[in-house]
Amino acid sequence: MVAQVTADLIRQHGLSEEEYARIVAILGREPNVTELGVFSVMWSEHCSYKNTRLELQKFPTTGASVLVKAGEENAGVIDIGDGWAVAFKMESHNHPSAIEPFQGAATGVGGIIRDIFTMGARPVFFLNSLRFGPIHGRSANIRNNRRIFAGVVSGIAHYGNCIGVPTIGGEAGFDDSYEGNPLVNVFCLGVLRHDQIIRGAAKGVGNPVFYVGAETGRDGLAGAAFASRDLTEESKKDRPAVQVGDPFKGKLLMEACLELLASGCVAGIQDMGAAGLTCSTCETASRGGSGIEIELASVPQRESGMTPYEILLSESQERMLVIVRKGEESKVKEVFERWDLPYAQVGKVTDDGMMRVLRHGIVEVNIPARKLAEEAPVYTREVSEPPLDSEIMIEEVEYPDLHVSLLELLRHPTIASKNWVYEQYDHTVRAGTIVPPGSDAAVFFVREAGKFLAATCDCNSLFCRSNPRRGAQAAVAEAARNLVCSGAVPLALTDNLNFGNPYRPQSFWQLRESVEGIAEACRKFRIPVTGGNVSLYNESPAGAIDPTPTVGMVGLIDDEHWITSQHFKSQGDLIALLGPPGYEIGSSHYLKVIHGLERGAPPKLDYDLEISVQSLLQKLIRAGWIKSAHDCSEGGLAVSVAECCISGAQKLGATIQLPESSERFDVLLFNESHSRVVLTLDPNDWAVVLDLASGVPVTRLGMVGGTSLTISAGESTMSWGLDELYESWYLSVWQAMSALDL
Amino acid sequence: MRIAVLQFPGSNCDQDCLRAFREGLGAEADYLWHKNTSLSGFDGIVIPGGFSYGDYLRCGAIARFSPVMKPVIEAAGAGMPVIGICNGFQILCEAGLLPGALLRNRTLHFVCKMSLLRLETEGTPFTARLRKGQILRLPIAHGEGAYYANETILADIEAHDQVIFRYVDAFGKVTDQANPNGSLHNIAGICNEKRNILGMMPHPDRAWDQRIGSVDGISIFRSMLETAVALR
Repeated sequence: MVAQVTADLIRQHGLSEEEYARIVAILGREPNVTELGVFSVMWSEHCSYKNTRLELQKFPTTGASVLVKAGEENAGVIDIGDGWAVAFKMESHNHPSAIEPFQGAATGVGGIIRDIFTMGARPVFFLNSLRFGPIHGRSANIRNNRRIFAGVVSGIAHYGNCIGVPTIGGEAGFDDSYEGNPLVNVFCLGVLRHDQIIRGAAKGVGNPVFYVGAETGRDGLAGAAFASRDLTEESKKDRPAVQVGDPFKGKLLMEACLELLASGCVAGIQDMGAAGLTCSTCETASRGGSGIEIELASVPQRESGMTPYEILLSESQERMLVIVRKGEESKVKEVFERWDLPYAQVGKVTDDGMMRVLRHGIVEVNIPARKLAEEAPVYTREVSEPPLDSEIMIEEVEYPDLHVSLLELLRHPTIASKNWVYEQYDHTVRAGTIVPPGSDAAVFFVREAGKFLAATCDCNSLFCRSNPRRGAQAAVAEAARNLVCSGAVPLALTDNLNFGNPYRPQSFWQLRESVEGIAEACRKFRIPVTGGNVSLYNESPAGAIDPTPTVGMVGLIDDEHWITSQHFKSQGDLIALLGPPGYEIGSSHYLKVIHGLERGAPPKLDYDLEISVQSLLQKLIRAGWIKSAHDCSEGGLAVSVAECCISGAQKLGATIQLPESSERFDVLLFNESHSRVVLTLDPNDWAVVLDLASGVPVTRLGMVGGTSLTISAGESTMSWGLDELYESWYLSVWQAMSALDL
Repeated sequence: MRIAVLQFPGSNCDQDCLRAFREGLGAEADYLWHKNTSLSGFDGIVIPGGFSYGDYLRCGAIARFSPVMKPVIEAAGAGMPVIGICNGFQILCEAGLLPGALLRNRTLHFVCKMSLLRLETEGTPFTARLRKGQILRLPIAHGEGAYYANETILADIEAHDQVIFRYVDAFGKVTDQANPNGSLHNIAGICNEKRNILGMMPHPDRAWDQRIGSVDGISIFRSMLETAVALR
């Protein structure tokens, strides 16, 4: 490429005039076109967090169990005891999945798993959090939503199943706001010993730099820059910016890298994800406080005639940069030849702080590494606060047929069983899945470490739309509650912040509110944030998505007897509600699904109540009194109880008498107030449980048994057959996706 | 007494198989890399599941050419017990050690869930601890698990009592609904005529610890181990 750097070219690279001036100041000269490309990807939102960095600093990132903090490395690392640790992180692949669902989602899985094994950790499970437009119906848009949904699920399955890491849980939501802009957030957790933590730093002047893994091609050119723009009709032209994944190569690369890392010859390692070779070289040099020099002619290439610009900006998958201790080069040869993978020594660590790229000995790029990696411009974006939704009055909505309402809610794909999804994921490989997908949190036995972990992803974006701060707090509270329901103590969280264009003041306000909401909740619950991902520009021609700050949380279960799942276990068990009966219906699924209303102030989180409910539940589970526990979230108490009846291998009915109340029956059934958990226990243990509750509200609701779910409030009684509940809930997504016009 | 767990590039149930023998049974088991050309010191062979060579071309089609397959075929011919699970079953079919083939599931989707199997026959190295008609719970996880063979071969393997497992419902009945992938005759596992080679799609390597939902895989592995000892 011999083109000149022109004003047009600068604009095409998404750089502002001020940013260009800054580049000239850093270099002390005009950049060439290759250097312009390098700056443009490194200073894209995706790599530099230039618009969000100041916000992300609000997260609490420290805690007794934090071994590697957020932002220091590719993923945070948390102590789980006995010399073992976990590394976990969540990352989005929204834009690529909108354009090419299968490969977009597949490479999302490939990318996050490299972040984890880069830390020296063996990946042991995945979760994911997905959002799509509606899937029930016949319109062209809905058919397209189904196509995207089906493509994303099979893309995740394609990569995750092949690489042999189980996908054990997550969530999927469906709403108009994600039509044309799906969300694909993938979470991966790996396990390692404390002394195995590997840093992504180029240390040791003179150490050789190796390129290992797949050859570089022209795929995914400047994907990071692509992800930092709005999606438009024109975006289809960006299809070449979507990478193509090869999970087989990913698997070989993972095994080879873990073997190499275990040999002790590695001084630093970094995956080539967003911004490929560019990002991995300048970031390792910057972290190591060193310089790095690479020769492009030595880089394994899939195509001939690639320019330095293309080689540096390619986002070909399954590649890593490894800095090896001098004198131990033969180890790389031994391991990578055994795995039949390409490798090449491409450069060395230097002491001049420069990222220098040569081709056949001629300097093509010469940029101060630290300034490129760390000194991207930082912006404070303008915010504008819209009027907040006010409380909604129940009198505003008609009293519906409650029998039909519960079935409709169970049928809504956000609430319905996701068996159509998780049966396509291998969720049993590694022989450690104790609570499989479908309960409040997945529980996994990490055999290497002898540890039981619980993990969940949560975000109620209806809440976030009406009040992003409350919605974000709710996501943290619900994730923690889900973990506690499964018998765990929450350890730490990772987040994936999905928002619209940050240059829109209202979008940026949503982001700021959400960050502050998460940060506040984390402080209250004493749960550190170990890192995460920001995805902006989530807009389709119809507008921005609902703000979706997804939380992925991990907890530890010290004793396997504490492991608890949501479904009812035996006839005759006593059903109790831990927490208050609740009354808040603003932004509930009941209003949305039954009344077509998506508004109203979402439920308020009472931290003291939430914390006392969670600690009582922990105490009860540890004492061995609890047979099942399920939190109340989308669809409220009625949906929660129905799920307890029908989500086990054996369906069990229930008879419930709600306590005296002045609230309407529909409010009692479907309100989404926080801090509530449906429990079952042996009736003989009830007195002891009440005694332990000391001040925390616990109400006896009824008994497990029979072939129907019967709920009474005062004089009114509603009843549902188990079969109709089950069919509505279990078959809904399956039916939508079996349509012939998929 | 030592079991070899073969490792092809892309095998991903190798670790589970090794653990099942070592932790589930307290037996001696070791990995054997696909480039090896000797089985010396081993008394039984496990070909684990996964995506050997990325399932490119056809599942198992490339793995059968790996160097290790030569001694495996020789040892199998000499009567050593060999079990191929999931991708291992596919490799055994591709290598011609078992009749038939595994096709894409009839749903066209990968399927991962618990399956119920009925033991159809006794008198193999893998079934000594089981009784004919017994129902086992084992997880399945595959995209290409629909057993297929032409009518002649099907009639042949049925006549020679080579069908070891069939997918059944909770009442032990062979029904279409209980068939998770479209396998002919609901076949989940078969053996060769000499009965020392078993191929099965369901995973005994994921059913050896009650915590993960089933221990029914243990009996299969234990039977294999005991036969291997007896053959020594």
